[in-house]
Amino acid sequence: MKGNPSTLFRQKELAMGLSKAISRIASELEDDVKIMNFCGTHEWTITHFGLRTLMPKNIELVAGPGCPVCITPGYYVDTAIRLALDGVRVFAYGDTYRLPGRPRSDGPKTLEEAKSRGADIRIVYSVRDAIRIAKADGRDSVFLAVGFETTAPATLSPLVNGSVPENLTFINVHRLTPPIMRYVLDNYPESPIRGVIAPGHVSTITGASAWEFVPKEYGIPIIVTGFEPIDVLIAILEILKQLKEGKPSLVNEYRRAVSWEGNRKAHKMIEETCEIVDSGWRGIGFVPKSGLRFKGKFRRFDSFEIYGIQELTKELWREDLSPGCRCAEITLGIAKPTDCPMFMKGCTPESPYGPCMVSSEGTCSIWARYGGGVMLEEIAEDLGLS
Amino acid sequence: MSSMSNSNDNVIKLSHGSGGKETARIVSSLILSLLREDMMAVEGGIGTDELDDGAAIPIGDGRYIVVSIDSYTVNPPFFPGGNLGKLAASGTINDVLMMGGKPIAMMDAVVVEEGSRMEEVREIVRSFIEVLREEGVKLIGGDFKVMPRGQLDRYVITTVGVGIAEKLIVDSNLSPGDKIIVSGTIGEHGAAILAAQENFSVEGELKSDVQPLKRLMLSLIEEFGHAIHAAQDPTRGGLAQTLNEWASKTGHLITVNEAEIPIRDEVKAFTELLGVDPLSLACEGRVVLGVSPADADAILDSIRELGYRDAAIIGDVKKSEKYGGMVVLESVAGGLRILEPPSGTIVPRIC
Repeated sequence: MKGNPSTLFRQKELAMGLSKAISRIASELEDDVKIMNFCGTHEWTITHFGLRTLMPKNIELVAGPGCPVCITPGYYVDTAIRLALDGVRVFAYGDTYRLPGRPRSDGPKTLEEAKSRGADIRIVYSVRDAIRIAKADGRDSVFLAVGFETTAPATLSPLVNGSVPENLTFINVHRLTPPIMRYVLDNYPESPIRGVIAPGHVSTITGASAWEFVPKEYGIPIIVTGFEPIDVLIAILEILKQLKEGKPSLVNEYRRAVSWEGNRKAHKMIEETCEIVDSGWRGIGFVPKSGLRFKGKFRRFDSFEIYGIQELTKELWREDLSPGCRCAEITLGIAKPTDCPMFMKGCTPESPYGPCMVSSEGTCSIWARYGGGVMLEEIAEDLGLS
Repeated sequence: MSSMSNSNDNVIKLSHGSGGKETARIVSSLILSLLREDMMAVEGGIGTDELDDGAAIPIGDGRYIVVSIDSYTVNPPFFPGGNLGKLAASGTINDVLMMGGKPIAMMDAVVVEEGSRMEEVREIVRSFIEVLREEGVKLIGGDFKVMPRGQLDRYVITTVGVGIAEKLIVDSNLSPGDKIIVSGTIGEHGAAILAAQENFSVEGELKSDVQPLKRLMLSLIEEFGHAIHAAQDPTRGGLAQTLNEWASKTGHLITVNEAEIPIRDEVKAFTELLGVDPLSLACEGRVVLGVSPADADAILDSIRELGYRDAAIIGDVKKSEKYGGMVVLESVAGGLRILEPPSGTIVPRIC
């Protein structure tokens, strides 16, 4: 709406100008350029504002693994369901409520199904809500704590300041993003990723410096980017400029929120409470040094310890996507949602089959809700809007 | 896979009642599939064959009786800007208006959970009656029931609205070339309820838009009756739902310009925080109109003169072989996206 102060970063005239500049440089580059937007929120921005329809033909924007719900291994969902059916109250973010566990034939497959069978599942927006409710009635409760570096400090700070009641423990599924970025770049087949739009929210915690290895070791431009359409267009333009000049580097476009070092307090909090361990990523497997686990005195908040449940290990790992689901490739940016035969057929936002259709940050869910799967370029031509 | 889909169909889920795709699907498979074609409408009238805001029965002199029914349950029953009673009266009055009817009478069924506080019930009923009094609608009958504690979450009010229409507004008349008008800022009821449910501190700034639209609609119908091809109050599922219903009903393509859609900054900020699309949030005091292009500007002026200053022309209806049935939105940044009908329980149960 006109007059909204936030519209500067959404201004159409600015967007059109940037789009023209992108087309100009793109035409000077000889080949196709694939740019990965790491973060689910960037995928939302790109699809929601229709930025792909503003791209020249040789620029492709592919989504990356930046959706914490999508990469939460089914094992943890199953653990939460099992505890819930045993009478433990489970707190979960709305997005994990409908997340399916590992494929199997019997029992509830989601927390939602467990709830319709009488389990006590509460959707919360933050760990504070869980603490408040758990404190009020003293019932045994677990919090299915998924998230990246962004979410971890919020979950961990009440532990450090001692405000978590005895009856509340955590299924700690926090994952770290630089290790998976490395994994993606190491394992990307065929036509390589030529530039990366780095996660903005995550970088407020990690600091822009966390991404220095990308240009240094992989020779790829990476831009720490904000979440408005103008931010993303600026990042794309910068990547193309760097490619044209052959000087890949790390640029922080999102200086209004992200510093070089990041949030030192948060780093300290993570160090104090958790160790960094090899961890599972849904559909992908174990990625070295990519997850957090409680250590020392904080192990008493670990649901696995308290309820005597085996933590997921590399040896225990097994395929946790349902047959036919291509979420792993979609998460790694290798496939598009529309490449999956299930997309909008056996897998819809109303009845998600794979994890990327569940979370509001999941690529499939975003494409389903905003029509990323339809050839919008053709429609634009048809309507004379392009 | 078959076992998965089976288990999904075995029980009724909240999403079946969210007003989006799942509701349409279950109404169709559960109810409509049992109706023979001749059971869907009274001869010469409108019924479940159209699935419009209400039904119509011809009364022989060229006019119609318009009837509309809706049940209302909202958590919390008192919210910034109104309460369940005001909602139950306004919502059904608006549904009658959306069919082109002048609301004249109402019936209600109030179901209350045992143990509810008398004072609260009294306040809800008082608000209900107040709307009827202000709008000149008679309460000609009703029912009052109590359910044992725990068998109902506080209150459900069902209202039947009755009106008389000279000319029906049937949304399937929306035609290529028509302009889409919205009468004011959208998403406020949905946002206010969400905020109240989640105890967000923004609560005070977000107010439901719940209000009857009688004055606005009757004066538009009188002045521009011939030019109004479609009208709907975008309640559950919001603007996205209304436009998609129209597109799929008519087989036309609807294009909207996001920059023109009026949304209050508070609603924008709040929905962005929650990751909810304001275009999918309910309005309870707004109308979306499909009008002939020649009259669009005059209608817009008229709406604004009636005090609805945020009203805007937000889109167009187009004929399209390939993309008929879709709603395409030009984003504020100039790119295109599909505006899908809302699905899942992202739409809270609010009316």
